[in-house]
Amino acid sequence: MGKLIKPRDAKETAEAIAWAAADKVALELIGAGTKRDLGRPVAADHVLDLSALAGVRDYEPAELVLTAGTGTKIAEIESMLTAANQELAFEPPDWGPIWGAEAGEATLGGIIACNLSGPRRIKAGAARDHLLGVAAVSGRGEIFKAGGRVVKNVTGYDLCKLLAGSYGTLAALTEVSVKVLPRPEKLRSVLVFGLNAEKAVAAMAAALNSPNDVSGAAYLPRPIAAVTGVARVVDPGTSVVALRVEGTEASALARNDALRELLGPFGPIEELHGMNSSRFWRGIRDATHFVAGENTIWRISVPPAEGARVALAIADSLEAYFYLDWGGGLIWLSAPERSDGGAKIIHAAIAGCGGHATLIRASAAVREAVPVFEPQAPALAALSRRVKEAFDPLHILNPGRMYADR
Amino acid sequence: MLMPTPDSRVIARRADIATALRRMLPADSVIDAEDARRAYECDALTAYRQSPMLVVLPRSTEEVSLILAYCHGEGIKVVPRGAGTSLSGGALPLADGVLLGLGKFNRILDIDFANRCVTAQPGVTNLAITQAVAGAGFYYAPDPSSQIACSIGGNVAENSGGVHCLKYGLTTNNLLGVEMVLMNGEVVRLGGKHFDSGGYDLMGIVTGSEGLLGVITEVIVRILAKPPHARALLLGFDANETAGACVAAIIADGIIPAGMEMMDRPAIHAAEDFVHAGYPRDVAALLIVELDGTLAEVDELVGKVEAIARQSGAVSVRSSTSEAERARFWAGRKAAFPAVGRISPDYFCMDGTIPRKKLSEVLTRMAEMAARYGLRVANVFHAGDGNLHPLILYDANRPGDLEKAEAFGADILKLCVAVGGVLTGEHGVGVEKRDLMGTMFSDVDLDQQLRLKCAFDPGGLLNPGKVFPVLHRCAEMGRVHIQRGVTRFPELPRF
Ligand SMILES: Cc1cc2nc3c(=O)[nH]c(=O)nc-3n(C[C@H](O)[C@H](O)[C@H](O)COP(=O)(O)OP(=O)(O)OC[C@H]3O[C@@H](n4cnc5c(N)ncnc54)[C@H](O)[C@@H]3O)c2cc1C
Ligand SMILES: Cc1cc2nc3c(=O)[nH]c(=O)nc-3n(C[C@H](O)[C@H](O)[C@H](O)COP(=O)(O)OP(=O)(O)OC[C@H]3O[C@@H](n4cnc5c(N)ncnc54)[C@H](O)[C@@H]3O)c2cc1C
Repeated sequence: MGKLIKPRDAKETAEAIAWAAADKVALELIGAGTKRDLGRPVAADHVLDLSALAGVRDYEPAELVLTAGTGTKIAEIESMLTAANQELAFEPPDWGPIWGAEAGEATLGGIIACNLSGPRRIKAGAARDHLLGVAAVSGRGEIFKAGGRVVKNVTGYDLCKLLAGSYGTLAALTEVSVKVLPRPEKLRSVLVFGLNAEKAVAAMAAALNSPNDVSGAAYLPRPIAAVTGVARVVDPGTSVVALRVEGTEASALARNDALRELLGPFGPIEELHGMNSSRFWRGIRDATHFVAGENTIWRISVPPAEGARVALAIADSLEAYFYLDWGGGLIWLSAPERSDGGAKIIHAAIAGCGGHATLIRASAAVREAVPVFEPQAPALAALSRRVKEAFDPLHILNPGRMYADR
Repeated sequence: MLMPTPDSRVIARRADIATALRRMLPADSVIDAEDARRAYECDALTAYRQSPMLVVLPRSTEEVSLILAYCHGEGIKVVPRGAGTSLSGGALPLADGVLLGLGKFNRILDIDFANRCVTAQPGVTNLAITQAVAGAGFYYAPDPSSQIACSIGGNVAENSGGVHCLKYGLTTNNLLGVEMVLMNGEVVRLGGKHFDSGGYDLMGIVTGSEGLLGVITEVIVRILAKPPHARALLLGFDANETAGACVAAIIADGIIPAGMEMMDRPAIHAAEDFVHAGYPRDVAALLIVELDGTLAEVDELVGKVEAIARQSGAVSVRSSTSEAERARFWAGRKAAFPAVGRISPDYFCMDGTIPRKKLSEVLTRMAEMAARYGLRVANVFHAGDGNLHPLILYDANRPGDLEKAEAFGADILKLCVAVGGVLTGEHGVGVEKRDLMGTMFSDVDLDQQLRLKCAFDPGGLLNPGKVFPVLHRCAEMGRVHIQRGVTRFPELPRF
């Protein structure tokens, strides 16, 4: 019978992992557990629950940095930041409902460990770009730290980048320092209706290549636009391209107008104001439109100019729904269940242009059988395995979560 | 500065090694004449010099792979070198090592506006990338002051910054992909024209790894549309404290300027004497604040920053009204290093980062140290992100001056760490700050970093003697010492 071990601090976390190393038993690391089904099924003996490592330890708005235990809920951090007119600029998504969990439960540690980000990725970067420092426990049961609490730091290897996106397979993060930024004062989105995917990517490129500092660029084909719940998007009954601008009032309004003019030749133009915009982009960020039902969900990162071509090719073969974020660089795909989850077709479609596909939602059997993360060339796979062993030589932290052999 | 003891058996085989390398490379790509080798004896940290055993100048990834595989097989150390502008001695050669110069990797391979990125060989200069796309209204954001000379491969290896990093990030935030050759000759590609990694973010650790993990042979960087307008403010203060408080007030107001630089009195005078930028001589500190974006935004923010500056006690406030005037405001800052070079035969440039709120405290304590050491110090730095660049002036020909300058520099960096900062913000550890790593990291922290090094280069042949003060054998590092009887665990709360 597996145990649920819930350490209260870094020291207890280290003791638990040292014990597991001594007994050579494997641990599944969880924060709130909302993303437990993201990744391959973990072959663990016990669960290491890090949710008690919670609480904001230090928040200095003028220093633009916040330090918190990794079990701290994102929602708690966001309300604290909002009070100081700041935010986590990478837009940590709230994906819990994808796997049936409650919204608003995600922890800071989970978001960092999976290196998640929202539509603003194209401008502000991913979680990894905002992680300044970490304290963690390796698979050797040793407490180590890396980085610091300042934005500019090249002292030693940038382990923060590696730990972000390591899905708990290298170390248990116990405390992190993240960069925070001022919240923009005004938000506008310019909409272009009725474009096909190819034209939509061209319109997004025109906007992103203009100096209007676009902070979100998404394309929703008609069936997806229809379920956004934002009347101004739903009512025209067609596809929509949305371009977001944020900043001071004067600036956001000026860029909103510049984009309307620039994109006029592409099709009918409308705009979304603050409230509507925030609702619209939250839906894109959280893949809200795909939550209902049991469909298999993929998230595919490709060169933005390839987005339409790749998405259409896959959607055609898998009878899937899709929408594009990141100017075409991110394909969200929802497909009927298949024994291989559609993996073969998807990997073949991106092979020509480079990129990677992550299987976000599928049954455990499918996630066991097909690569959940992008398969790697042999030299890179071998290197990744050595990196894993540099932190977790006994393979006791989330074994198998990313790859079957690690 | 103690470097790893050269292996005399390797040095004895110099001629044979040269012959073997000439079998892989065109004859003129292997340099073994002593005077020609000496051209590579140092980077921009000129206090430390060492002629390399041999220099190789490959032209292709295949050649790099052959060289590394050969050196790996023969147990020969390799030091990668870009343009040699490192300020921390990262490209300092080894007496028993091959210096691998990437100067022939000088082509831009692909300009892709549809994907907003440029693919370049690592020897291309930072500025050449911006120049290649400027005509279409784009630029590459990280802009180290050395940008006319430094290579993009060197920028990746050092995770270089620049004036505009405050708003646009460092190299690591603007990099999409790299091709890299491991010490065993294997070629790996990380990233591409898309965002994020499908597996571990190895590109993230290769960036800033100072040539210790692999040789970068291709780089893909993001380019951005150039903001349509930019204006700069030149703000004078009669004390460092008020200038520091103004920096904090601007950030606290929710403004992230494109750049926010500070100069103290010695730096202002040196710059003014050199380029006559029109800086006020009677102030203790100058801030240059640049705002970019749409016209409406820039004008609005310039107004806000002017008001904040006046409230913070600025004694002079000027805002640029033309491109020429903006360029003039920057002229002194941009020429500050050579300007300081004119008033002192030698200088060290330190690079610690501190929390912004500690700016005035650290500047004050640095002035006290300068008096104690009897050395002058000038400060020109990235105030917006707390990245200090104290320039310690000394004369290498005066006995004892170099040692004093080194000790002064070490004290400054220890102070940075003590107030919650770090040893280096953008110049790298190299050999210069290597022996101070222990002030920031515990042995456990450093061992974890060394284990990562072992995953890439188990023989420790790539750029040894840099970054890490003590080297252990990888086999030793890999051993797991589990303390049996760690039995407190069962008492942990369980559910
Ligand atoms: C003549 C007329 C025309 C209109 N046309 C449109 C239209 O074309 N499109 C449309 O969408 N609405 C339109 N509306 C509706 C109206 O704009 C909205 O009701 C809105 O609330 C008006 O406020 P605002 O423009 O100041 O929006 P904002 O002040 O920008 O936003 C309103 C609210 O949105 C939220 N918000 C703002 N910025 C952010 C942010 N950065 N992050 C998170 N939340 C944020 C806040 O809760 C804020 O209070 C129109 C209304 C009128 C009277
Ligand atoms: C006047 C002056 C001003 C400067 N201003 C700034 C500044 O504003 N911001 C800033 O960040 N830096 C600055 N620097 C420091 C320096 O320019 C940067 O660190 C630069 O990135 C070094 O590039 P390089 O090509 O000269 O590299 P080199 O000096 O040749 O090498 C630096 C390190 O990178 C490694 N390396 C180089 N190329 C490769 C490769 N292809 N693969 C693997 N490893 C490699 C080397 O082994 C070495 O460890 C300045 C330097 C000078 C002299």
